[in-house]
Amino acid sequence: MKAINEMKLTLESHSVNESFSRVAVSAFVAGLDPTIEEISDIKTAVSEAVTNCIVHAYKNTVGRIYIWVGIFADQTVKIRIRDRGCGIADIHKAMTPLFSSEPEERAGLGFAVMQSFCDKITVRSTLGKGTTVTLIKKIESKERC
Amino acid sequence: MPVKIEKNKNLTTAFLSGEIDHHSSVFIREQIDEAVNCIAPKELCLDFMGVSFMDSSGIGLVMGRYKLMHAMGGRLRVRGVNRSTMKVMKLAGLDLLAKIDCKGE
Repeated sequence: MKAINEMKLTLESHSVNESFSRVAVSAFVAGLDPTIEEISDIKTAVSEAVTNCIVHAYKNTVGRIYIWVGIFADQTVKIRIRDRGCGIADIHKAMTPLFSSEPEERAGLGFAVMQSFCDKITVRSTLGKGTTVTLIKKIESKERC
Repeated sequence: MPVKIEKNKNLTTAFLSGEIDHHSSVFIREQIDEAVNCIAPKELCLDFMGVSFMDSSGIGLVMGRYKLMHAMGGRLRVRGVNRSTMKVMKLAGLDLLAKIDCKGE
């Protein structure tokens, strides 16, 4: 299925960009007329994925974060967040709630939030090459007749 | 963003505002901990009334302050939490650690 509308955004992995990335994605999705709760869910999930790139993928370095957002005819939004950072050795472990490789004040709930706030999430990662997180959420609120 | 803190030995309240994420939580944490370590209050209240967004970094912030208060023999209270922030807090089970009052309830 081809997206009926899409956008791309490339950011440097500075933590100050976390806010911009989630606001930019939510503003693009706003055209679907989502509820406040749906927008808030998307903002939170994007924030988690982008924070992972900054805290983990590009730990102690600055790299690029590539965001692609596609809107589909059935009101589904697909958000792909990709980095070229260190990669995840054990995806299953990384996605386990409360596990964090950086326990200092990190709750270890990033993936749990993404899973709970989106309909579907897929994670692909290659050590030394990077990680791609894809978030899928259907905007249910105001389906047109 | 500076955190307004009402310092009192019995109850110290930190009024959080704006967006709480990985970027902003570092500075918020430093300010609260400085006040708590200086006063050693019996109870710390985190007031979320002015918070418009929070991701899981806020969970780390609340959990860390819970541990700090617990180590000092004090209590933690969280108040003024909006619906979306409550959703994140409940996911982490924070409602089991601290007393959480929602906005307008």
